[in-house]
Amino acid sequence: MARALINAPAQAKRGEIIEIKTLISHNMETGFRPDNTGKPVPRDIITDFICKYNGQEIFRAELFPAIAANPFLTFFTVATESGTLSFEWTGDNGFTATESVNITVE
Amino acid sequence: MTRDDDMLQATRRRFLLETAALAGAVGIAVPLGVKPASATPASMRAAIRKVVGEAPLNKGKVKIDVPPLIENGNAVPLTVSCESPMTADDHVKAIHVFAEKNPQPNVVSVQLGPRSGRATVSTRIRLADSQKVIAIAQMRDGSFWSGEAEVVVTLAACLEGV
Amino acid sequence: MRPAAAVVLATAVLGATATAGEIPLADRKSGYEFMARDTRAMQDDDTANPGMLWVLDGEALWKRTEGSAGKSCVDCHGDARVSMKGVAARYPAFNAARGRPVDLEERINICRTQQQQSTPLPFESKELLALAAYVGQQSRGMPIEIADDERTKPFLQAGHELFTQRQGQLNLSCAQCHDDNWGQKLAGAAIPQGHPTGYPLYRLEWQTLGSLQRRLRNCLFGMRAISYPLGAPEYVDLELYLMWRARGMPVETPAVRP
Repeated sequence: MARALINAPAQAKRGEIIEIKTLISHNMETGFRPDNTGKPVPRDIITDFICKYNGQEIFRAELFPAIAANPFLTFFTVATESGTLSFEWTGDNGFTATESVNITVE
Repeated sequence: MTRDDDMLQATRRRFLLETAALAGAVGIAVPLGVKPASATPASMRAAIRKVVGEAPLNKGKVKIDVPPLIENGNAVPLTVSCESPMTADDHVKAIHVFAEKNPQPNVVSVQLGPRSGRATVSTRIRLADSQKVIAIAQMRDGSFWSGEAEVVVTLAACLEGV
Repeated sequence: MRPAAAVVLATAVLGATATAGEIPLADRKSGYEFMARDTRAMQDDDTANPGMLWVLDGEALWKRTEGSAGKSCVDCHGDARVSMKGVAARYPAFNAARGRPVDLEERINICRTQQQQSTPLPFESKELLALAAYVGQQSRGMPIEIADDERTKPFLQAGHELFTQRQGQLNLSCAQCHDDNWGQKLAGAAIPQGHPTGYPLYRLEWQTLGSLQRRLRNCLFGMRAISYPLGAPEYVDLELYLMWRARGMPVETPAVRP
């Protein structure tokens, strides 16, 4: 599975707005780059990213070839309860990757 | 192959197209292996219309943070932030980002909600050339707001050969 | 290199006063200082630095059992944070069996073939880069310090000659850009001093992590000079000289560069 790096606070106060940073390894081949013969290398990108907080979707992104290689995405959410933040990336050629981190909310 | 080669290819193709047009394009075979890799402001407007429809596009409430001078168009840091209380009744539902001169105008679309707390998103994008980047926020009340930024993209020296 | 840039550079070189020679120690700056603020921020944040993805891969590879000896790096070296601390800061280093200095990637492969009884990892492969990045990161922040070893002197001299000799269609030497004209612009980009403080690094141009050898090949291409093949001793001699030239500067692996 592709390597992913998540940066989210392990602890937060209830109601606090927290920042979540995500980084995943993926070439994001655009489909516009010509190979040695001049033919374009076929597109192979991550197309979708979803973050769920205890199973509830809190953030979703649709990615296009213009997203740089090794996609970096940061966003915010309100810390509502303790539990799990889960992350899922899907893309061309059946690409999938998942990651999750726990959060304690006082 | 490098992006530099992409741009050279695009320029070469455009040159061939233009000379073919000038020459009347009679019996001149223009060797095009690949589709012209360059969006036009028209294709970006079409992509925007797909999102906004016939609704008015208001300027404001959306700020784009991007360095005005980019060292390398392969990884440009971009932050879009929208003014909004992000309550159940008044929040940003979605942010759509477009680039005027990339081969494809769409960059990223994100879905937000009252649980987001803040309508701010950051990522790194590819920009094929110096151009305008536009971000459109879709509000819960159905209104659309936009912000834009002009970016100059330079290139590193000493690139990679084949 | 685009023709316009070559003309500009030729003029700068021809019009320059006598070559400045080596950069005074106090005036040395890492390539980090020539980057835009946002690129520096990318390097500084371990959660935004794409190079860290390779460091994490390297950490996993460190624990993986390899070869017919059935050993992992851990089995001999234990915790890399202890055993590898300072190692990358003193490479290239003399290897008695080879009778010459080797760089970090070669040293990793020597372990793989001799200790693990496994096959060497190809140069520029994801796995070799990951291990080099992981080992390199253990020296982050430490000053570069090549051992003062009599045996490496002839190779250090060879590296110095490679750095100062004119070569390629443009008849340029490394020194002309990186000693004499650092800080000036070449095709819109600032010319850095050429210190290998952060390798392997994530080059935005490559959109991936790459080795010093890959970067040197880019330089040679820009100079319209013939590149040596990956793994050539010339690169190690040159790296030895460059690391000596960068002595005392802190290791930044994994760095980010445009």
